[in-house]
Amino acid sequence: MPKVTVDGIEVEVEAGATLLQACEAAGVEIPRFCYHERLSIAGNCRMCLVEVEKSPKPVASCAMPAADGAVVRTTTEVVKRAREGVMEFLLINHPLDCPICDQGGECDLQDQAVAYGTDGSRYHENKRAVEEKYMGPLVKTVMTRCIQCTRCVRFATEVAGTPEIGAIGRGEDMEITTYLEHTLTSELSANVVDLCPVGALTFRPFAFTARPWELRKTESVDVMDAVGSNIRVDTRGREVMRILPRLNEDVNEEWISDKTRFIWDGLKTQRLDRPYIREDGKLREASWDEAFAAVAAKLKDARAERIGAIVGDLAAAEEMKALKDLWAKLGSANIDCRQDGAKLGGARSSYIFNSTIAGIEQADVILIIGSDPRREAPVLNARIRKRFRAGGLKVGVIGPRHDLTYPYEHLGAGTQTLGELVAGKGFAEALKSAKNAMIIVGQGALTRKDGAAVLAASIALAKSTGAAFNVLHTAAARVGGLDLGLVPGAGGRDVAGILDGASKGEIDVVYLLGADEIDMEKLGSAFVIYQGTHGDAGAHRADVILPGAAYTEKAGLYANTEGRVQRGQRAAFPPGDAREDWTILRALSGALGATLAYDNLEQIRAAIVADAPQFAEIDMVVAAGDLPDLPAGELDAAPFETPVKDFYLTNPIARASKVMAECSARVAATKRVQAAE
Amino acid sequence: MLQDKDRIFTNLYGLGEKGLAGARKRGDWDGTAGIIAKGRDWIIDEMKKSGLRGRGGAGFPTGLKWSFMPKDSGGRPHYLVVNADESEPGTCKDREIMRHDPQKLIEGCLIASFAMGAHVCYIYVRGEFIREREALQAAVDEAYAAGLLGKNAAGSGWDFDLYVHHGAGAYICGEETALLESLEGKKGMPRLKPPFPANMGLYGAPTTVNNVESIAVAPTILRRGSDWFAGLGRPNNTGTKIFSISGHVNNPCNVEEEMGIPLRELIEKHAGGVRGGWDNLLAIIPGGSSVPMIPKAVCDEILMDFDSLKAAQTGLGTAAVIVMDKSTDLIKAIARISAFYKHESCGQCTPCREGTGWMWRMMERMASGEAQVSEIDMLLDVTKRVEGHTICALGDAAAWPIQGLMRHFRHVVEERLTTHKGASTQVAAE
Repeated sequence: MPKVTVDGIEVEVEAGATLLQACEAAGVEIPRFCYHERLSIAGNCRMCLVEVEKSPKPVASCAMPAADGAVVRTTTEVVKRAREGVMEFLLINHPLDCPICDQGGECDLQDQAVAYGTDGSRYHENKRAVEEKYMGPLVKTVMTRCIQCTRCVRFATEVAGTPEIGAIGRGEDMEITTYLEHTLTSELSANVVDLCPVGALTFRPFAFTARPWELRKTESVDVMDAVGSNIRVDTRGREVMRILPRLNEDVNEEWISDKTRFIWDGLKTQRLDRPYIREDGKLREASWDEAFAAVAAKLKDARAERIGAIVGDLAAAEEMKALKDLWAKLGSANIDCRQDGAKLGGARSSYIFNSTIAGIEQADVILIIGSDPRREAPVLNARIRKRFRAGGLKVGVIGPRHDLTYPYEHLGAGTQTLGELVAGKGFAEALKSAKNAMIIVGQGALTRKDGAAVLAASIALAKSTGAAFNVLHTAAARVGGLDLGLVPGAGGRDVAGILDGASKGEIDVVYLLGADEIDMEKLGSAFVIYQGTHGDAGAHRADVILPGAAYTEKAGLYANTEGRVQRGQRAAFPPGDAREDWTILRALSGALGATLAYDNLEQIRAAIVADAPQFAEIDMVVAAGDLPDLPAGELDAAPFETPVKDFYLTNPIARASKVMAECSARVAATKRVQAAE
Repeated sequence: MLQDKDRIFTNLYGLGEKGLAGARKRGDWDGTAGIIAKGRDWIIDEMKKSGLRGRGGAGFPTGLKWSFMPKDSGGRPHYLVVNADESEPGTCKDREIMRHDPQKLIEGCLIASFAMGAHVCYIYVRGEFIREREALQAAVDEAYAAGLLGKNAAGSGWDFDLYVHHGAGAYICGEETALLESLEGKKGMPRLKPPFPANMGLYGAPTTVNNVESIAVAPTILRRGSDWFAGLGRPNNTGTKIFSISGHVNNPCNVEEEMGIPLRELIEKHAGGVRGGWDNLLAIIPGGSSVPMIPKAVCDEILMDFDSLKAAQTGLGTAAVIVMDKSTDLIKAIARISAFYKHESCGQCTPCREGTGWMWRMMERMASGEAQVSEIDMLLDVTKRVEGHTICALGDAAAWPIQGLMRHFRHVVEERLTTHKGASTQVAAE
């Protein structure tokens, strides 16, 4: 381990560390623009120059390996002048339009110019102007501000795996652009905005709407997919203005998907802001008391086996717990949190991502069954790509062929291939001989009629090869719902059973807790209560609408696909008369005369923990036990299909978002062009 | 003055017989297998003893460079890359070698590759050199046909393949790591060092990049002995060198001369003297556009070698002597050179990308007189902030000519700025 002296402080750093890392270890701050921990080293901004003993010239500390005995000085006149020089060079062609720049207030260039630059300008020539480059509906460009650090280029190439950004021209005419100004196709594209140290790349939907210092920042958790990306919700007054990633090495590192980031306009449109009751085929506004009375009138009369409850993808643990308890009080076993019909449940190890997301980095062989992780969980897919870039990763895929941003061996389309693997053929050898093999089973394989058989076969394969078994969920609510046991009780109906019953007239009342992804036609003539946030499919069919709170408007616990329980915080208030969801259920229980036994958040959380102790371990992954032995079943030969047909429109909030609609249309347009070729 | 018997490039002007047969008559490929039979260590040792310093501009000892190649690199191939991207304004020596004496280069490639354990060598030819690369390719084809390249090259027992690669005409691709990037099919942008090419070069394998002239003189040195070569010139500045003399001389030419020849003798003997006589001389750029100029007073006495020119705060560079007589507008000349570096900056690192354009614009204003005298010091300060702060040496190369001008001819610049009527500073539209 080399020892380096930085400004007289001796530090020991890991072999292979750079001088910049050594300086950080010594607590000495080194300014930088192009250097980023998660990207390759470019060494082009020259802001991190330091003086190293025995070196005739100042050295770029970000790129220089820390040699044993190196003596680094960062406070000398040479270093000061070098930084001033670079600062000056960066600013001579920078427009200095900070007052109208969206990066203003959180700009590296601004901050470092104050800290390391000089006052005044000596530049008397005309400044360079660069035309804007179209990068799609999410990333707005003002390329005159660009300082050519190439972070965005490296992100697109390395992390996102879509090498679409590059630099054209040379010298002072070098310009960053996408290839022929095409839209970025990555699901992670807007992370380039976070990486951009200046205002060259900004959020197009956020343009000119707020200044960073006016925003209140709330640390929360994302629900757009089952990864549970850590986010920061920035609000002004009641309005969510933007969503940014939060660092969590175990979950999302510092990336979030475009859907996670740009969903916020969907929080403002199509909202259910007061209760509604359907009268004469038309929904009319109602008071809470009227709505509860209408619900109670139906639920009180209905027999327990003739009512059903379906939970949607975005529900927090609190409302699921309340709904479960309410249904138990009503004596009904017809409850299900798997609106997609996934054949999951039972032993916890059989439905969570046991290896953990960070564990992907230890894997050497990964088998993906019936999943398109790039669209189902882009951030998790970036982790697989990161592992691929480290070298020596072998990936096999059973299911549809998709561009996953890393090479893989396509083993087959469906269960036939899976059967061969279970029999020990082909890729099973690779799994067996690997040190850390992983099997990732997606919802595309589990939501089929033979889902249980596929699950059994996959677990059998994991057991026979010693591979870790993982389920990749697509819904943020799913693992929490399964943990809390929101599956049909003895003799109860699951989602398919409830819908089947409703269409046959065997179910009279259906309670939809934010469930919009089911076939509403099948609800037949049942009385439908929809509790949710958006005027989506469920609300259109509903007979009574109870307006709930979106994930940014309530405190909630969410278990991600790993089973990691994370806390979402309220960043804003729900609109109008809408209420936090568990309180609606609590109030309804009173109206039904089946009052639930908790009156505040602490009490309901205590009740949750009593049901599922892992909910007490916030931010941790509580390991599940051994894999169960499941009975093998009949496998259907049909190929696996991915459940995410359109990445940008997977839930009611996304479908209410204009930005997401634009992205979706753009992807569709691109596909059409490709088909015509 | 170099005697004919000590001349290495005996067909520099293309007056002799063309083709491989002619080259053989001039002594090329004579006993190549015998040289190789003496082994790697002997060759590198001889090269070190000869005192040959790289002819591409930096003057790094060639034998020492060859010795940096690892003996054993765990199965990774070794590469020799010959830098024939001769783009330094004023320089045209490699061009003549490729045109008229290509077999010297090809034989040198084989010997140098053997000495460094390389079975493959690439010659990266400047994009604008079309006839030159045709001539070189024809020579390579001839050598292959004669069994001098390929399996058991020249009967040495060493398998060796030689490829001629064409650049696309970017000055920066003459920088060795940018050249490697370009050779790999990427944008020609210099790499960060370390790692150095000898450790991580072409395709991540150990690589040595040498100038055409450095490689082409190697066979003759090894044939005639390091003592012969070291006996020419001055200590630490040994051997012969091709000088490219251009500008205001009566007879611009390339000529092979002994290192350390007085500059005045070089010009008067070979280039027919300065136009209008030696006293009509104003200044000389002694080593290609990137080195600082020297005024006549220095030119009177200076010797043309690395150390002597370094002592005069300039450099031998590629030994491209650019002569400027008293009719020259030196400010305009340097402004033109600044325009060149601004145009050729790759744009990767900040000081060069932004600084070359700034320096050029200021030089243009100085040339037209539309600048303040106080801006001279500011311009010098800008050159100091570019110099030494960049990834490669292009930043230095852009800064030095301006520094040279101001060092010796500041009074000329000041005079122009003070006499210019209506001198004003442009105010940037902020």
